[in-house]
Amino acid sequence: MIIAQNIGVSIAKTDILSDLSFHAGAGQLTAIVGPNGSGKTTLLKALTGELPYTGKISLDGDDMRSFSTAALAARRAVLPQAAVLAFPFNVLEVVRLGLLSGLHVHDSDLPQRALKHVGLAGFEARFYHELSGGEQQRCQLARVLVQVWHPVRDGKPSWLFLDEPVSALDIGHQLEVMQIARDFADQGGSVIAVMHDLNLTAMFANSVALIAGGRRVIQDSPENVLTDAHISNAYRCNVQVNATPNAGGGAPYLLPHMASIRRA
Amino acid sequence: MVTMDTTVPTAMPRPIGDRRVLAVRVIWLSAFVLALTIVASLTVGASGTSLFAALIDWASDNEIGLREQVILFDIRAPRTLMGVLVGASLAVSGAVMQGLFRNPLADPGLVGVSAGAGLGAILAIVLGGLLPATIAALTGIYTVPIAAFLGGWLTTMLLYKVATNRGRTSVAVMLLAGIAVGALSGALSGVLVYMADDTQLRDLTFWGLGSLAGATWGKFAVAAPLILLSLATTPFLAKGLNALTLGEATAEHLGIRVQRLKNIAILTVAGATGAAVAVSGGIGFVGIVVPHLLRLAIGPDHRYLLPASAFLGATLLLIADMISRTIIAPAELPIGIVTAIIGGPFFLYILLRNRGILDM
Ligand SMILES: Nc1ncnc2c1ncn2[C@@H]1O[C@H](COP(=O)(O)OP(=O)(O)OP(=O)(O)O)[C@@H](O)[C@H]1O
Ligand SMILES: [Mg+2]
Repeated sequence: MIIAQNIGVSIAKTDILSDLSFHAGAGQLTAIVGPNGSGKTTLLKALTGELPYTGKISLDGDDMRSFSTAALAARRAVLPQAAVLAFPFNVLEVVRLGLLSGLHVHDSDLPQRALKHVGLAGFEARFYHELSGGEQQRCQLARVLVQVWHPVRDGKPSWLFLDEPVSALDIGHQLEVMQIARDFADQGGSVIAVMHDLNLTAMFANSVALIAGGRRVIQDSPENVLTDAHISNAYRCNVQVNATPNAGGGAPYLLPHMASIRRA
Repeated sequence: MVTMDTTVPTAMPRPIGDRRVLAVRVIWLSAFVLALTIVASLTVGASGTSLFAALIDWASDNEIGLREQVILFDIRAPRTLMGVLVGASLAVSGAVMQGLFRNPLADPGLVGVSAGAGLGAILAIVLGGLLPATIAALTGIYTVPIAAFLGGWLTTMLLYKVATNRGRTSVAVMLLAGIAVGALSGALSGVLVYMADDTQLRDLTFWGLGSLAGATWGKFAVAAPLILLSLATTPFLAKGLNALTLGEATAEHLGIRVQRLKNIAILTVAGATGAAVAVSGGIGFVGIVVPHLLRLAIGPDHRYLLPASAFLGATLLLIADMISRTIIAPAELPIGIVTAIIGGPFFLYILLRNRGILDM
């Protein structure tokens, strides 16, 4: 369980987040949604220890600040919103970097299995820089999966932090990657994903945190957060939320109205 | 439906993207070529005697002439070993600096670290007499290399601080800052040269030639510890530098203590560059050409790139030194000129092929 209470983050004397609370449990896929610039990435960076914060973040009861770099690397992996790569590694070598945390170094087949898992089997020798945007994103995901392959290790959940994991993907691969995240959670791990696609969020998340302006958070089940009122308010546009037509009481899905965009 | 694959691993064949076996082969090959080059460097030269025969004689425990003995062991041997160490440290500090700055264009010579080290060395030569006696006694013959190391260290830190913002290093800022730092060091060095007396001036000219010609066992003994110490850190840097290619934040998420890694990398660059500059002046382009060629051959994995750079850098410097002392024999061309003539065009070629890099 990750519990963040009264989190504040300021960069260069500007408050990006203030007094924000958030939680995510094992066995759950928790989505962070909100408009551009609302502070989703910043929250994720605070949760992963990348940014200094005020307030309290605890991981399974222990203060996040008390973990060493190595201990954290053994329990969680992070997919950044924008991945960079400085040198011409090939796909296999990038994925193998996930082994650096030292958990699965003995398992030499793991990078290949992870690549197969994200639909990149046969891409091993390709140069990362020569992949398409979506292929690069899936390659990075494979690297992240290799770092914490087992959703539960030594009786403790592993954590995946994914910042917009499907932003560059086609609909087929979006579903595939969301299903990977879903399965990771179903097997006892925990996934925290920043999402822009609210339909995918409604389909796959157990819990949704809607951020607006770096302070207001509404966190609840998808049905309770993804409502006409909340969404219109946060995103400053009109949408219509419907119940899925086929599944009884299934996930809500959203239809935007072209005519009623009321952006300032 | 995709499910998490947690089955027991079954052995798969080594995938085609795996360059590790190739990399190990290249390391062995370059070590072998270096051994051959060392023999050549010991025996090729302007002496006119068959030193190769003498070396064989010596190796099979036969008596060899005094003249051969002097040339082989008092002149060629220290020069060759110095060339090995300097070449290795130039190439390795280039590779480490490129890993640290996450850019294939970062080179101690190019971005002013060598100039900073040079300033340190000149400071020590000219103002060394002003050192408090206790410190002077402590540093002794190591004063110049230590000063060069400090100069290189301060420059590298300054560059990294200026060029890195929020964990990202800007190439343009790095190169421009390097020009500024290099020019400043050059100007201060000029002032110091102006202040130097005659003996110091002779030391300076000798030092500034960028040459291995002055190599003696004494100088070797002074430079070797600092260089070997710097090279000894590289096995501990390799994994971290690999992770760093994904950026500082991701490296940290992968379990690398990035700040410590950067500190050690900067010390390594400064130590290797400083010692090399202290004994041989500024020798350009080895640090940029060698790692670049190796990345093309075996990929950027620092676990292989760093040792291979050491061997290939040493080999190339020995070859350049052989050219420098034979091409206009009996006179000598400073080795810096040879490496610049070979390295300059090659560097332009790299730039031409990778123009996109500067936009990163
Ligand atoms: N390093 C920084 N310096 C200054 N301001 C920053 C910095 N990082 C983020 N911000 C600001 O903080 C706010 C939140 O940024 P953040 O990246 O968390 O947004 P986000 O919700 O992830 O947006 P997006 O959907 O576009 O990814 C933005 O207004 C952004 O301009
Ligand atoms: Mg973001």
